[in-house]
Amino acid sequence: MKYIIAVIQPDRLDEVLDRLSEKEIHLVTVMPVMGRGRQKGIAEVYRSHKEAGSLLRKVKLEIAVNDEFVEATIQAILVGGRTGNIGDGKIFVLPMEECIRIRTGETGGTAIG
Amino acid sequence: MGNGAKTAKLFLCAMVLVAAAASCGWADPPAGAGAISSGDTAWVLVSAALVMMMTAPALALFYGGLVRRKNVLSVLMQCMVVLCLVSVQWVVMGYSLSFGPDHGGVIGDFSWFGLRGVSASSSNSYASTVPHQAFMVFQMMFAVITPALIIGAFAERMRFGPFCIFILLWTTIVYDPVAHWVWGKGGILSCLDAGGNSVKGALDFAGGTVVHVNAGAAALACAIFLGKRKGFVDKLSPPHNLPFAVIGAGLLWFGWFGFNAGSALGANGLATSAFVATHIAAAVGGLSWGAMDWIFNRRPTVLGMITGVVAGLVAITPAAGFVSLTGALAVGIGSGVIPWVFVSIVKVKMGYDDALDAFGVHGIGGMWGAVATGIFALVSVNSGGSGLLDGNGSQVLWQLKAVGLTAAYSFGMTFGLLKLVDLVATLRASEHEEAVGLDLTQHREAAYTLVD
Repeated sequence: MKYIIAVIQPDRLDEVLDRLSEKEIHLVTVMPVMGRGRQKGIAEVYRSHKEAGSLLRKVKLEIAVNDEFVEATIQAILVGGRTGNIGDGKIFVLPMEECIRIRTGETGGTAIG
Repeated sequence: MGNGAKTAKLFLCAMVLVAAAASCGWADPPAGAGAISSGDTAWVLVSAALVMMMTAPALALFYGGLVRRKNVLSVLMQCMVVLCLVSVQWVVMGYSLSFGPDHGGVIGDFSWFGLRGVSASSSNSYASTVPHQAFMVFQMMFAVITPALIIGAFAERMRFGPFCIFILLWTTIVYDPVAHWVWGKGGILSCLDAGGNSVKGALDFAGGTVVHVNAGAAALACAIFLGKRKGFVDKLSPPHNLPFAVIGAGLLWFGWFGFNAGSALGANGLATSAFVATHIAAAVGGLSWGAMDWIFNRRPTVLGMITGVVAGLVAITPAAGFVSLTGALAVGIGSGVIPWVFVSIVKVKMGYDDALDAFGVHGIGGMWGAVATGIFALVSVNSGGSGLLDGNGSQVLWQLKAVGLTAAYSFGMTFGLLKLVDLVATLRASEHEEAVGLDLTQHREAAYTLVD
């Protein structure tokens, strides 16, 4: 079992979700976040005064998958999320110790699907 | 918390006094004897309601959208409290001090304490075709919005209890006399002598000096006295809800028709020309501020556009009933350029933290409008005022005198009042209160929940 975290451009979200659905990956948690990488922010200007745009709007996805779905998930995010420009984001793959479905109490791989 | 409770007790005592004052006021016989016009009365009453709306929700949303999310309720609350508090102050003594019988050109007196003799059925010579109380309640809304404008300077860092005391003192000691100087019969800057005859004086159709220069100068004093917010200038978060600010600015524009066209005190041609001048100056103010942004900051900003609209409305306020379309256009262009330069360049060099540019927009915009009135006033628009274009250069001097006197008095007295209140109860929020936000620390409420 792996826990996949991806930080992507907000405007790529719909595309990434479509690619994931095509691969039968439906379990996903999405949240709006602020963050930064090497990409420089767009400074906002209020009454002629620049507000430091050191953090950018991004979208974070968290997806728990069984091992056989790891590659498909990564590919879906890569294809859906890539524009080729700086700021496309990152994918992190973490080992996951346990998963429990609250409704039934099932654990492990069956709880993910 | 001790101070807050004390303030609340003072409030309750004040309310009892008000009830007592009011109960002895209503029954008095009518004073004036003009013919009441139903059309004029309807317009003045509607205008009063429009100007009321300018404080809450218009100004409240305009300011509320520009602060950080942890302080939005505190600003809305301050606007609401000013509306409630000053309304009561006005019927108890504010109206009488501003418009009551003159004393040395400086202030009225307590003759109309608790609205004694202020009739709801017959008129006073200030406005001969509407009931005296209609004029009184229309003027009340001006007394309300003026202190509310100052909030922009000290937003996000003044404690609530001392704020209430300050506002009440400021309205009584600064607004009431200044309103008397300019609008009261016999006031030192007024165009009316104590007998109500026309004399030379400053032209201020709807309150460019009384409201905007006055509030602007007080705002500067507040910003300097309270000091900067932590993180000023480059570590502060941007406005938390610009759409709120746009709604607020739009509502201000709408309400301003009551403010300026209502100041004709009748449903007539003068109200119409003031209405048109107001609208055009607002439009041109927004366009010219937007153009300045586009040229010098490479993008036309929403905040710039609405700020220009408000600056245009501020500047046309004293001029609305005196200038032609040409004058309105000129006032509008100036109000998009002069306050822009001040807010963008001069303010930064001076280094004080006027959080929402109350001085930059209302003070500077008001000064421009007052001077512009002296330049562009035409007898053909209003027989009561001629300016430089009519060959009456001395009017500009009168305008400068009114601006200088008002700004100096307001700045000095405001500074003194702040010092006085600060002796009794600390004005400035603590470092912790400022960091957590005024919503939670002053009111134990939050504007936005995280879930549901």
